[in-house]
Amino acid sequence: MKIFRMLGRNVRDAFRSVFRNFSLSLAAITCITITLIIVAIALLASLNINNFTKVIKEDVTVVVFIKKEVGEEQIAAIRTQLDNMNNIASITYKSKAELRQEMEASSSKLASAMKAWGEEENPLRDTFEIKVTELEQIGTTADNIKNIDGVESVNYGETMINQFLSAFRVVKKATVLAVIMLIVVIVFLIVNTIKLTIFSRKREISIMRLVGASNLSIKMPFVIEGMVLGMIGSIIPILIIIYGYYAFYQHFGGQIFSPLIRLITPEPFVYGISLVVLLIGMIVGVIGSYQAVRKYLKI
Amino acid sequence: MELIRINDVTKQYKNGVTALYDINLKVRKGEFVFVIGGSGSGKSTLIKTLYREEKPTRGDVFIGGINVKKLRNGRVYKLRRKLGIVFQDYRLLPKLSVYENVAFAMEAIGAKKKDIQVKTLRALELVGLKGKVRNYPDELSGGEQQRVAIARAIVNEPKLLLCDEPTGNLDPEMSMEIMKVLEAINEETKTTIIMATHDKEIVNKMGKRVIVLKEGRLVKDYEKGKYKNEDI
Repeated sequence: MKIFRMLGRNVRDAFRSVFRNFSLSLAAITCITITLIIVAIALLASLNINNFTKVIKEDVTVVVFIKKEVGEEQIAAIRTQLDNMNNIASITYKSKAELRQEMEASSSKLASAMKAWGEEENPLRDTFEIKVTELEQIGTTADNIKNIDGVESVNYGETMINQFLSAFRVVKKATVLAVIMLIVVIVFLIVNTIKLTIFSRKREISIMRLVGASNLSIKMPFVIEGMVLGMIGSIIPILIIIYGYYAFYQHFGGQIFSPLIRLITPEPFVYGISLVVLLIGMIVGVIGSYQAVRKYLKI
Repeated sequence: MELIRINDVTKQYKNGVTALYDINLKVRKGEFVFVIGGSGSGKSTLIKTLYREEKPTRGDVFIGGINVKKLRNGRVYKLRRKLGIVFQDYRLLPKLSVYENVAFAMEAIGAKKKDIQVKTLRALELVGLKGKVRNYPDELSGGEQQRVAIARAIVNEPKLLLCDEPTGNLDPEMSMEIMKVLEAINEETKTTIIMATHDKEIVNKMGKRVIVLKEGRLVKDYEKGKYKNEDI
């Protein structure tokens, strides 16, 4: 097949060109490597933050305490009101008697202390344990629940969660911004590298035109060269992702500061990220070289 | 059978210089045509309009029935594949060997490896350089380099070979060597050859059809063998 033959030659020419202009290629590859390392770190951070948010979302429970004097009928009414609310994933009812049993079972000290309570003296409250679907709106949901008749108080550890969430939001925005900026930098680098190889191969290009090479087959080697640069540039970042993340994970034992902030387990996560970094390298390489070809290869 | 028809071609460059005025010309298949004239007479421009390096300002150029002027930029390569072009300065790639330089022309159009090998060697044999396939251009004499360039021009078996002052950099002896090669190509493969030159010596000896350009106008068109060393 002619297409494959041409493609094979283009790939060969692209590699040849990378090594022929080695100092130039090396400069580009080094810069791409450094940039992709930062991109990789940003990606790892951002995905882990997503994971933290997810884990917290699963762990966070809104506990609704019912007033002591409320009877069973009203509890059922509260339940139907909760059922009709938005942003609620699940509702579990626990009566004070059940809670007492749970607490007694969890620790013998508590059990001995609580033994003194009679049936009527149980200071615990009937509760609903609620999981939300949208963590971001947990505040509004809690406020709405508080307004239901018969609810004494609502508790979800608001200050800690709010702090986490806002910190995560900032970090995530910063990483996304960093990744976008760095990708622009890589594109610029590749445009320049390819520009120089185009200039150094002007004679070759003019002869190719004279002997009837199609425009596509003249442009293709340069585009592939950009892709090759991106590919070579992503090798070290990928190694850093795989070995670095394993080491990081091992060092912290899979969590940072508290069990609430759990790191994503390395496998298959690192391979996914490696693939993404490789693709970013290649695609950005193609975009950069295509820009250069369009701008500097007048045919 | 006519291969080239040039109808009322005028070429004015962007800087205002008019290089060609109302040129009319027909060339049959298999002809060998010299285009002569002093510097600035429009020889090179005429050749350039044939391989569409330049577009005529007015008039049309037909090659094998294709209107070259109306060819879109993206399709010019289709015309070029049917042409071979040789220049005064050879235009070889210094980092490639003789063989690679010739094969380059076939690789560029996506030929099969097997074909490349066979045809490249055949073309180099035709120009008498079979013994130098592994040499590099800077190891060759000017005449030999030009023969490599000719081999590259004919390797794709073009119908038309355009030569723009191919002997301009060569001494008379080497020039005749080149002319013998060109004549052999013309006779053996029936390739039409158009050659621009200002070397009257060569034109005299060859006895081919001669077109004389003067200040962008076609002033004389001598039939084969009719040209006698006239002033140009």
